[in-house]
Order: sequence, then structure tokens, then C-alpha cells
Amino acid sequence: MAKLTIDGIEVEVPNGSTVIQACEAAGVEIPRFCYHERLSIAGNCRMCLVEIEKMPPKPVASCGQPVADGMVVHTDSEMVRKGRRGVMEFLLINHPLDCPICDQGGECDLQDEAVAYGRDHSRYEDGKRSVAQPDWGPLVKTTMTRCIHCTRCIRFTTEVAGVAELGATQRGEETKVGTYVQKALTSELSGNIIDLCPVGALTSKPYAFTARPWELRKTDSIDVLDALGSNIRIDARGAEVLRILPRINDDVNEEWLGDKSRFSVDGLKRRRLDRPWIRENGKLRPASWEEAFAAIAAKVKATSPAKMGALAGDLADVESMLALKGFFAGLGSKNIDCRIDGSNFDTSKRAFYLFNTTVAGIEDADALLIIGSNPRHEAPVLNARIRKRWLAGGFKIGMIGNVADLTYKFDHLGEGPEAIQALLNGSHAFADVLKNAARPMVILGAGALAGPEGGGVHAAAWKLAAQFNMLTPEWHGFNLLHHAASRVGALDLGFLPVEGALDAKAMLSGAADVLWLLGADAEAVRGIPANTFVIYQGHHGDAGAARADVILPGAAYTEKDGTYVNTEGRVQQGYAAVKPPGDAREDWRILRAISAYLGHALPYDNLEQLRDYLKAEYSVFGEEFRRFAGTDAAGPAGASATGSTIFRPLLPNYYQTDVISRSSPTMAACVAAHYPALAEAAE
Amino acid sequence: MLKDTDRIYQNLYGQKDWKLAAARARGDWENTADIIARGRDALIEEMKASGMRGRGGAGFPTGMKWSFMPKQSDGRPSYLVINADESEPGTCKDRDIMRNEPHKLIEGALIASFAMGANKAFIYIRGEYYNEALVLQAAIDEAYEAGLLGKNAAGAGWDFDLVLQRGAGAYICGEESAMLESLEGKKGMPRMKPPFPAAMGLYGCPTTVNNVETIAGVPTIMRRGAAWFAGLGRPKNAGTKIFCISGHVNNPCNVEEELGIPLRELIEKHAGGVRGGWDNLQAIIPGGASSPVLNKAMCDTQLMDFDSLAAVKSMMGSGAIIVMDKSVDVVKAIWRLSKFFKHESCGQCTPCREGTGWMMRQMDRIVQNRASLADIQLLEQVTTQVAGHTICAFGEAASWPIQGMMRAFRPEVEARAIDYHASNQARAAE
Repeated sequence: MAKLTIDGIEVEVPNGSTVIQACEAAGVEIPRFCYHERLSIAGNCRMCLVEIEKMPPKPVASCGQPVADGMVVHTDSEMVRKGRRGVMEFLLINHPLDCPICDQGGECDLQDEAVAYGRDHSRYEDGKRSVAQPDWGPLVKTTMTRCIHCTRCIRFTTEVAGVAELGATQRGEETKVGTYVQKALTSELSGNIIDLCPVGALTSKPYAFTARPWELRKTDSIDVLDALGSNIRIDARGAEVLRILPRINDDVNEEWLGDKSRFSVDGLKRRRLDRPWIRENGKLRPASWEEAFAAIAAKVKATSPAKMGALAGDLADVESMLALKGFFAGLGSKNIDCRIDGSNFDTSKRAFYLFNTTVAGIEDADALLIIGSNPRHEAPVLNARIRKRWLAGGFKIGMIGNVADLTYKFDHLGEGPEAIQALLNGSHAFADVLKNAARPMVILGAGALAGPEGGGVHAAAWKLAAQFNMLTPEWHGFNLLHHAASRVGALDLGFLPVEGALDAKAMLSGAADVLWLLGADAEAVRGIPANTFVIYQGHHGDAGAARADVILPGAAYTEKDGTYVNTEGRVQQGYAAVKPPGDAREDWRILRAISAYLGHALPYDNLEQLRDYLKAEYSVFGEEFRRFAGTDAAGPAGASATGSTIFRPLLPNYYQTDVISRSSPTMAACVAAHYPALAEAAE
Repeated sequence: MLKDTDRIYQNLYGQKDWKLAAARARGDWENTADIIARGRDALIEEMKASGMRGRGGAGFPTGMKWSFMPKQSDGRPSYLVINADESEPGTCKDRDIMRNEPHKLIEGALIASFAMGANKAFIYIRGEYYNEALVLQAAIDEAYEAGLLGKNAAGAGWDFDLVLQRGAGAYICGEESAMLESLEGKKGMPRMKPPFPAAMGLYGCPTTVNNVETIAGVPTIMRRGAAWFAGLGRPKNAGTKIFCISGHVNNPCNVEEELGIPLRELIEKHAGGVRGGWDNLQAIIPGGASSPVLNKAMCDTQLMDFDSLAAVKSMMGSGAIIVMDKSVDVVKAIWRLSKFFKHESCGQCTPCREGTGWMMRQMDRIVQNRASLADIQLLEQVTTQVAGHTICAFGEAASWPIQGMMRAFRPEVEARAIDYHASNQARAAE
């Protein structure tokens, strides 16, 4: 530890810290443009100048200066103020004064600092530099004339996102940040450079000229477009969600957010279900809630409970699934399932279906085996965490499944279960890597579990974990990477068919006469036989609604207070930013209403009562999140898979995976830019 | 005046052969193994005692620089990088060393590398020095063939490899950390310090960067002893130095002289005097483009060494003396330097990227006689906002010529603004 005095305040910081960090510890804010805690230090903006006693008599860039014991730092001396004013003047001489038409206005670091260090007029009388606007694809809008060359975007794409696509060409005044050859950024994390850009050089293309930050109502919430549960802030104006930004949570998403989660917002306004519909004579017609309930009641009363089933979709919140489960229990049906993808594996213990190492725990691991997953697509922010660990060195990665560019190097061990067997019997060299690692981990992707052999793959992966020292009192290296945000919550609720009840596959293939789809919306839904009466409760008119006999309009994740459990088992709370459109209602309320309508009223009348009930019935929802120890090595039931089926990628493309992103024109533009063949096929 | 026998570079003018046999005849590579047998610490002590200061421009004591290298490796190799990116306008001393005395450099590289525990050294040569690179490479090849480089180099029991790398013509790559970046294959942009190269340099390993002239002088110092070298020059400014005298002199030349020689004597003895006589002198840039210019009054008594030049707020720099007689428009000459520095700024950090262009444009105004007194004041302020605020010393290099001009030629600069003011008033009166 080093002791420093900063503006008379004594602080103690760890050795190896920089002066800017010490200043922060002392509560002294240092202006900066290029410095960012999560990126490498560039030291090029020169705004963070401070004066340090007993050093050469010139200001020092605090971001790159290591602390030393006994340092005396002045952050507001005449020399410092003069230095910063000088830097600010230089930044502004070639920065356009187009704040009134700049989307960064109101949340611009340069604007803010100019208030403190800028002059009242410009002394620069020559023409300002202007730079062409390159096209970086459908997400990031460039106005490079505003660029102050902090290189945060370059460092982010190179270091965190792992795509070396940005760089600075030319030199001196002519320096330009760009993609060398004009192209769309291929990273799934590209939107983060918009947040990182301290000025308006990089702004959001879909959000361009939409709103000013001070007009927005900000609501903290949780992302549901993958299973990571990234912490987000929903910015809304009136009834409209305008943008989504990441919120800092070091344990989950640090401060990053995947492009799909960030830019799918325009999908929330399109193809919405804003009133109930009933199918009559083969055609859907608008209806009132009363009519819809009556139609459902008539059908339900005429059907035996054993022939009724319910499926929960990938975006469902815990509350609505609890209500659906309770509703069906009231009707006397045990036919409930959340695994619309058809996966079937032992979920009798929580550790069997969680990302037990935890996302932050990846940084403690020293070897990794990925089975049947493409984390770059299934959870790009988690993939960035793997890359971060890989960059730190001493981290061997093996992969079984489809070869893809994951932004880090890995050994490809095979394409199916037989590669797991090769590790178990030690015939593949990567077994030695796992054997010699102190804290190895395995990530089992949802893609590997979807096939008929899913249960066997699950058992084999667990066996691998048990055999290679992944299950110890200090460490749990068995991890399941889900893609559906609802899945872990549903499994925690036991939203599964008990022995003898119908499972998702059976329900979808005609075994159920009445089928309730709670946002369940996959390709499989299109194939439901005609004799099944389908009730679709959801928020978007997609495959499920098209097949439905009755449609009940629900709320999207931005429109309801909901609980979600991420792939680690972390219980997180989302909050409503806006009201659901039209007649649409929060899902649990719909279920509460119909349960009363059918005479089996659920035992709660408001959200508080529901949550009390939830915590009473399912203790995990009331517990603090913690990392589990791998003390219980007993594995899942069933024999290990040995076959040679090839693990298929779970997602055909990153950008369109659910009803919201499929409704988003921005995501469609991304598909057109990055998967031209898919886009063409869709047309 | 330096005796001929005290000159390190006996073939500076290329009158004799540069090849190994001829170099050996001049004393190079003689008993190199014995020098190395003295041991690392003894060599560093010898270097410290000689008082050699870095010949690249900053004048940092060479022995002390070597002593910063780790005595014990932590597993990382150490490197010596020799700065042959001689791009400072007016400077051409390393060029003559490399084409006429390459073996002094190669032998010096071996001794210096041994002294700092490096088994590999790189020479980063300016891209434009094409013929020099050919000669130097041929000399390196010769040395390998003769067993002077490679395994058990010169029979001294030290494995040593020497790699010649050509640059691509950027001035900033002469800055030591930018040179390391460039060597690593990246864009030549200076690094933040700390960490200093001795802790984390080339490929993150301990590295020392020395100028060609510094390294080429090492073998002679080791042979003749630190006392001989320290006995030349003035206290704290020991030894000999190659001066590159160019501009309005009768006989522009490179010449090795003792540090501390009076500027007038240097020019009159070796360069045949100023064109039209000493009284026709107007200004001298004493140490390459970035050193502040001196007016005639300053030149009359100026001694040429690090401390004497620092005392008049100029600098020794690379020893490139640019002489300007009265036919020169000094302001325009400095403007040309501003243009050069604007062109060569790497663009990494704000003050230099934006400031060099601004300074050049203000100089444009003055040269074109459309600057007011306020413009001149603004220019001065801009130079102080750049110097001392940048990652590397380029900020100073770009600002000092202008600041020097303001100190030495203020009346001339202001006269232009007063003329401008008068002509404006006259126009207004019409």
C-alpha cells in the first residue's frame, strides 16, 4: 500500500495503482477523455494533468503515473488549471461547434469539461478540420469531424471485443480513426463504443436525432434477450422506450451490453399485440377481454385436465410463470414445461443447470472446455469475460462443437459427444491440460442439450467435471450456459412436467387439446396440429400468435416489474419503464384474472403478495446470491452420451433470436449487413 | 583544438576503406575479448568515469543509463537498441560513422550489450539511409563471418546477435519509445513513461536505447581509458563530439572536436568561416532543428557543450550547427521548421497534434506579414501550452525553435507586426 496526499487529503491505495485512481479514492474528480478503468492506458488526451511535488516542474498525466509512497499531489493548482485549459483549448480548436445538432449534447464529456476549463471565445482563427463520415454499419453513426482521438473505441474493439477492426491512420493533425477499409463492425459488442466515445463522434444510428438525455425517464432493469441478465437502464419518453444502456455490475456485465440487447428497442414498438383476438372461422378478429376469457372458459370446461398443457417461453418472468403454474394446478393439470427447445436433462439439483463458476468466477479459472456452445453469440458479454481471462494468460481453452471465431484461441477437440469420451478416457491431449489445472471449468451450451442425446451429454459433461477436479469445496467448474432468460427461473419454479405428465414435445405434437403458450414462440409452434386449441399470451405477433385460437396481449420486459434468474442463478429484479400498449396487461395479472374467472382464484391479489408467496414456496428467490461449492459430486441420472452426433449451433444468427429482435428493423439491418444470405432468404 | 591522435573517428571522411581489414588496421576489434573480460561492472564503472553523455541530443550520462539495466535477469532477455534514425534536420554525423566507420559501431554494440547483459541488439536505421544500411549490413555480415558476432562473439565468451532494421522515414521514430513501438511492428508512437525502457522496453523486456555516436565511441574509451576521455572537453561535458556544420559557411563539414570549443573557433577553424566573414553572421541553430536559435551576439562567446548551451536556454542536441548569414529571413527559416514539426507530429496526444498545426499557422501569419502583436503573443502562449504537456519531448522540440526565435529575434518579429499595423492604418486612412 502507498500513502499519498491529494489536495491535503491522505489516502492509501494499493501499490501499482495510478495517481488518477488515488485521486478517485480521495474523492477528487479528475477530468479525463482517454482514460477508462476497463481499457488499457493511452495517456493521450492530456486532460488529467496534475502537479506532483518533487517531480520535474511540469504537469503529469495522472492516468499513467504510478503511485509512490509519500507522493504529494495537487489537482487544482495554477499549473494544473493552466495545463488543462491549454489542453481544452487544443481539443476545441478543431472540434466543430455543432452541439445543437449533436446527439451527444447533454451527455458529452467535452461539453461538461469545457464548462470548467474552456475559454469564453476561441482564439483560433483558421479553418477547422473536417473529416469524412465513414459507414461503420447499421448501429454506429460516425461523425469523425468531432473525434478527439482518445482511441477508446480502438482500444475497446481490440482489447475487449477482440476484433482488431479499428485503428488510427495517418498522423499528426491528419490522424483519422477508422476501419482502414470501409466496413461494418463485426463485433456483437460494437454498441459499447458509443457509450465509450466521450464526444459525439460515435453515436447510435437508430437513435439519431430522437431525444435529448434530459427528456428521458430512466428506469433500472434487467435485460432478457440472453440468459446473462445484463443490468440495463431503460430510457423512455412518454409511452415509448427510446434506448437501452448498460448499467455497471461488475459481477455480471461489467459495463458492457450486447448489440442485440441494446438495439432491439425498436422491436418493442412493432408487431405488438395490444388487444385480445379470437379466431373465428379460421380468421382472427379483435375481441374484448370478456369475450376472450369466455372463449377460453368454454374450451377449458369441455376439456379434461389431462389434455391441457402450458408452455413458458424464453422471455417469461418468474411471476407470470408462477401464476401460470398455479393456474394450471388449479385446473388440475400437471402438463407444464419450459423447454420448448426440446432439451431433456436431469434438473433435480440446482447445480445441474446453473453456471456455477459464476461470470466473475471465470477470471479465477485456469482452463476452460466449451461444449456445444458459441458464447460469442449466446452471451457476447460473457464471451468478453472469457477473452479477458484469456488475455491475462495461462488459460488454455478447448472447444467441442462447431468451429467459430470466438475472439480467442482454442483447441478444437471434436464435434460431438465422442470428443467428451476421448477426454474421459484420457486419449485426447487436452485431458492433460484439464488434469494439470487447479481450477478448470467446463461450459456446456444449450445447443448440446437440445438433441435427443441431450441428457447423455449432460451426464458426460458432469462426469468430466467430477473427473477433472472441477468439483471441490473451493471451486465449482461445471457450468451450463443457457440462452433463454426465463429458463433458470422456470427450472427453479419446477415448471416441468412431473412423471407421466406431457412434456413440451408431446404438447406441441398434438397430445394436448388445449395449449397455453406463455410467450412460447419458436419455430416448433408453427407445427402444432390443427385440433389443438392454442391460447397465446404474449406481446408480439409472431409464430405463436399466428397459430393461436385466442390471443391475450401481455407485457414486454420493459413494461412489467418482473423477476429473472440469470444463467448463474442470480435472482434479479426488472422494473417497468412504460405501460403495456393498449389493452395489454402484465402477464401475471392476466393469469390471476382468468384463474378467478374459472373459479380457481390464485392466492394473491397484488405483486407484493405474489412475491411473498413466491419466496415462501421457493426459498431460492429469497436468498442472497452466492457461489456454490462443488461438494456434491453425485451426477445427473442417465448414461453418458457416446455417439458422434454433431453439436449444432444454437442460434442461426446472433441478431434475431426472439420475438423482440425479430420485430426490430435495426436487427434486420444487422442481419442484412452480416448475414446477407439469411437476409436474402427471408425476402 | 583536438589533436589528430585524440580523434575517435580516424576515417570519418571515408578516405580509407571501411571494411574489416582496414578497420582492424585502425585498431578496431583489437583485444575486444580482453575488454569484455573485465566484467560488466568494470565496464559500466569505466563508462561512468569517462563522463560520456548521450550523443543523441538529451545528453544523459551513458554509464548511468547502462546501470539501470537489471543485473540479474528475471527470465526476460535484455536488449540494446541503437538509435540510427538520424532525422533531426541538419544532422549527418551518424551517417558518416555508419558508412565509414561501421566496425566501431558494431564493436561498441558488442561491448555495450555485454555491459548491460544483452545477447541481442538492434540497430534501427533511418529508412532514407539506404546506402548506409547496405554498408552497415555488409559490415555486420563480415563480422559474423570473422566470428566477431554470433556465438562466442570475438572469442569473448558472450553470445551476441546484431540485427539491422530499417525504418520507414518518420521523424518521431527517433524518439526512443516510438522506436521500440516501430521495431515491434506497430505504428511509431511514443509510449508513456514510466515504465522506462530499462524496466519495460522492447517486447516488454529491459532495454537501453543509445545513439550511434555514443555506442561507436565505446571501444575507444575502453581501450584508451576513461581518464583520457574525461580529460578532453570541459568538466561534466567530457570528450569529443562530431559537429555537423552546415549552412552559410565556406566549407560545410562534419568534424570531431572537443566539447566546450568556442562556436566561433569551431566554425572558423574547420568550416572555413562564415560566408562573408564573421560579421556577416546573423543566426546559428546550434544543435539541430529543435534547438533554440542564437543571434550573433550570443554566438560571439558561445561555448559548444551541453551545459554552456543550456545556460543560454538553447541546447547541444545532436551537434548540428546550422549557420545563417544576413541574407536569411530568420522568421521564415523558423516557419519552415514549424512546418516540419507539424508534418512529423505523430498525432497521438492532444497538445502536439493540435498545437503544431496552430503554431505553424501563426507562423504563416507572421511570415506573410499579416500578424498583429496579439498574434505574436498568442503564438508564444501556444508554445508554452504545448511544451511540457505532451507524452514525449516532441512538444518541446516543436515549441523551442519558436521560443528561441522570440528570445533572440524579438525585434525582427515585432517589426513585421508593426509594419502590418501601420499598413492597415494607412489603408484605413485612404
